[in-house]
Amino acid sequence: MTGSEGTKHTRRMLASGTKVVGGVTPGKGGQSVDIDGHQLPVFNSVSEAIAATKANVSVVFVPPKFAKAAVIDAIDAAMPLVVVITEGIPVHDSASFYAHALAKGTTRIIGPNCPGIISPGKSNVGIIPADITGPGPIGLVSKSGTLTYQMMYELRDIGFSTAVGIGGDPVIGTTHIDCLRAFQDDPDTKAIVMIGEIGGDAEERAAAFISEYVTKPVVGYVAGFTAPEGKTMGHAGAIVSGSSGTAQGKQDALEAAGVKVGKTPSETARLMRAILER
Amino acid sequence: MDLFEYQARDLFEKHGVPVLAAAIAHTADEAEAAAKKIGGKVVVKAQVKVGGRGKAGGVKLAEDPTDARAKAGAILGMDIKGHTVRTVMIAAAAPIESEYYLAILLDRSNRTFLVMASVSGGMDIEEVAHTAPEKLAKIPVSAIDGITLSKAQEIVSAAQFPADVAEQVAQVLLKLWEVFLSEDATLVEVNPLVKTKDGKVIALDGKVTLDENAGFRHPEHEALIDHAATNALEAAAKEKDLNYVKLEGQVGIIGNGAGLVMSTLDVVAYAGEKHGGVRPANFLDIGGGASAQVMADGLSIILGDKDVKSVFVNVFGGITACDAVATGIVQALELLGNKATKPIVVRLDGNNVLEGRAILNKAAHPLIEQAETIDGAANRAAE
Repeated sequence: MTGSEGTKHTRRMLASGTKVVGGVTPGKGGQSVDIDGHQLPVFNSVSEAIAATKANVSVVFVPPKFAKAAVIDAIDAAMPLVVVITEGIPVHDSASFYAHALAKGTTRIIGPNCPGIISPGKSNVGIIPADITGPGPIGLVSKSGTLTYQMMYELRDIGFSTAVGIGGDPVIGTTHIDCLRAFQDDPDTKAIVMIGEIGGDAEERAAAFISEYVTKPVVGYVAGFTAPEGKTMGHAGAIVSGSSGTAQGKQDALEAAGVKVGKTPSETARLMRAILER
Repeated sequence: MDLFEYQARDLFEKHGVPVLAAAIAHTADEAEAAAKKIGGKVVVKAQVKVGGRGKAGGVKLAEDPTDARAKAGAILGMDIKGHTVRTVMIAAAAPIESEYYLAILLDRSNRTFLVMASVSGGMDIEEVAHTAPEKLAKIPVSAIDGITLSKAQEIVSAAQFPADVAEQVAQVLLKLWEVFLSEDATLVEVNPLVKTKDGKVIALDGKVTLDENAGFRHPEHEALIDHAATNALEAAAKEKDLNYVKLEGQVGIIGNGAGLVMSTLDVVAYAGEKHGGVRPANFLDIGGGASAQVMADGLSIILGDKDVKSVFVNVFGGITACDAVATGIVQALELLGNKATKPIVVRLDGNNVLEGRAILNKAAHPLIEQAETIDGAANRAAE
């Protein structure tokens, strides 16, 4: 929170209704930061912060070099939810903190390399712009940040219960399946948009989960049909090797599970509209 | 970043994985000298980052230095699946008794590491995995514990390595784990791992993929980059810290966020079907919170691509402000002056969109056209 990104996004989160109660910067414990008249205390560790504020979510903006230490600090303090915004974390570091979270069993991680999670009108953890849309019946899960924003924008007149950007890295704490399960169980969510992209088999696994567990309508979108094989397109995860992980394979798997898949973001939005107007 | 075989071999040697004597050569002369230094029979191996080089004639046994010179002369310059051979590795030849397979990799699906091991190495291991999966042991490795001696022994026994090599293979696994961990690799593969006629276990060929996100703790990895294979436009983009990939098409693409840019490529290719198969010319992600300067740098690269006939700028301002993007476009065009000749379709939405559109309207540049929707813009750019 004491860094420039942390300060900027703390201000935005406060403005969108999030109860930000303090920050953690090792070595700056005892100081406070003034953000638009809110005096926010700074702590040396997450456990100190929890003891003083009863915080139940931590959002990590620290640079890649220090991200692993920050996340493990939060896991050790048994922070229930840790949202890791940082882009460019080495995969050995994310695999390590994910394994720690799994072993301890008290922390859910969202990200890394993600925009965070928003329930419009209620709370916003991360960097998703809060002014795109308001509360509504749609649940949204996406690997990509800007496609999350684009889809919220396309359906801004209808609104969202919750939108989660899970991140495009090879190792992420929360998957499409975790979010699909949460949306299926959430009474405020009536229909689900799932956005995927090339690489890995997360969408194929999500499709299998949908057939088995999800009864609410799901529409899907997959980015990366034109991406050539073997070239990384920005997200470390978005790399196609061989025949697995292609956009076509993902679309086929989703359609086989009864998901209507749009060719473009706007067609995907139209499919969702048609479902909600039924 | 995928490494060449010789780079993988050098990393193996650095961490104590047993390898054979070897040297690289860029000319037939160098190959002869290297063979002389190694002595005896040598193998001349094309260094390309693609499989199937043996079948393509890129690996040859040479009897002596003169033969190595001839074989290297034939292999250098060869085209293997679109990769030009610029380097060969000259390696000592080994009398092989058995060929095995070992790999440590990131298992994305299970969000952990995985060891794969087989006593049926050498041939196409994917074929083995397919037709005789029981011959390929797959053992998860925790990111916390890694490969300890007891883990290595568990793997050796699961893959049913013969007793006479079990201890050596376990030691190789420990060293390979050291390579995997300390070099921040996402893949370390040895195929084949061989037992020689005198009973030694040696890594004969290796494949290593390094995590570029970990570059900050490995300044030495910079030297492993293959600059010869990098496209000139990609190199220029890299210098400006831009995330750019050159493709075979006519519509230059700039956007923010990897997902949105990938989606933009698809929408353009889709729209292009109606215009004689027009395709996107590149991937360029200017990232979150892009400044006017970043936009200007990106546009300059794209306009410098002779294949580009038109440009599509697609930005959704989340953190990025549309007015900064618009300012960047105007600045880039001022900078390029009459060198800029290609039409630019711009679609802005989100944060400060009205300010952004106003800047473009005020500039009233003849090359700039604004569009309301992604689909509409893609259609205009493809026309």
